[in-house]
Amino acid sequence: MEDIKVDKVLDLKGLPCPMPVVKVSKGIKEVEVGQILEAHTSDPGALADFPAWARTSGNEIVKTETEGKITRFYIRRNK
Amino acid sequence: MEEKNEKLHMLEAQIAELSGQVKLLTGQGTEDKISMIVFSGDLDKLLAAFIIGTGAVAMGLDVVMFFTFWATPALRDPNKSAGGKDMMGKMFGAMLPKGSDAVKLSKMNMGGMGTAMMKSLMKKKNVASLPEFIEMAGELDVKIFVCEMSMDLMGFSREEMIDYPGMTYCGVAKFLEEAKGSRIQLFL
Repeated sequence: MEDIKVDKVLDLKGLPCPMPVVKVSKGIKEVEVGQILEAHTSDPGALADFPAWARTSGNEIVKTETEGKITRFYIRRNK
Repeated sequence: MEEKNEKLHMLEAQIAELSGQVKLLTGQGTEDKISMIVFSGDLDKLLAAFIIGTGAVAMGLDVVMFFTFWATPALRDPNKSAGGKDMMGKMFGAMLPKGSDAVKLSKMNMGGMGTAMMKSLMKKKNVASLPEFIEMAGELDVKIFVCEMSMDLMGFSREEMIDYPGMTYCGVAKFLEEAKGSRIQLFL
């Protein structure tokens, strides 16, 4: 779990709703199934929105890190 | 032998009935789709509609937006005009907003000052503008239907509307067909 191999990084800092989920849903299609997308966001709503998006789209958030106003989501493409 | 056949028929009938109920319970017959009636021509409500619409695409839903009544002028293209209008058509054309950049807030408009303030605030906070949302919706395959009767009432012609991919003009039946197969229906 310590070392997550990240295949693509998405910088969504400064973007408000609904852009983070719109962009992450596009970004996840740019990695292969099983690969990890790392998304950085400063939108406080994303803490609830990303897990909701992942559950609905059938992808998995394997790790969430919050540092100050920035949250990093590590998302595995499952579908 | 005949008794057995009769039992078999009864069982078959029961299975048919049960499978019908299972179909209902599992929600077959509805698709992962959201249908919205966009009725309001206010900036705030139109923004809400497009935030839900673009967000729904991210959530894996097909999105249908049916524009009717006061929302119809928001789809006018400010750079286009149409000739051959009667007096009422000309009046509506002049009094209603020309395009999505011209719509106002439903509250605190204050003669346009409130709307201008909200727009500059949105820019500062990186919130997409309504014209940007419409463009994004087009790229995301959000379907837009326009109420033909509203167009006719307000005297709008198709040649003065925005170029939106696959924009369709229709009536209530088309919307209801879409809504019937949708899991979510909203009226804004």
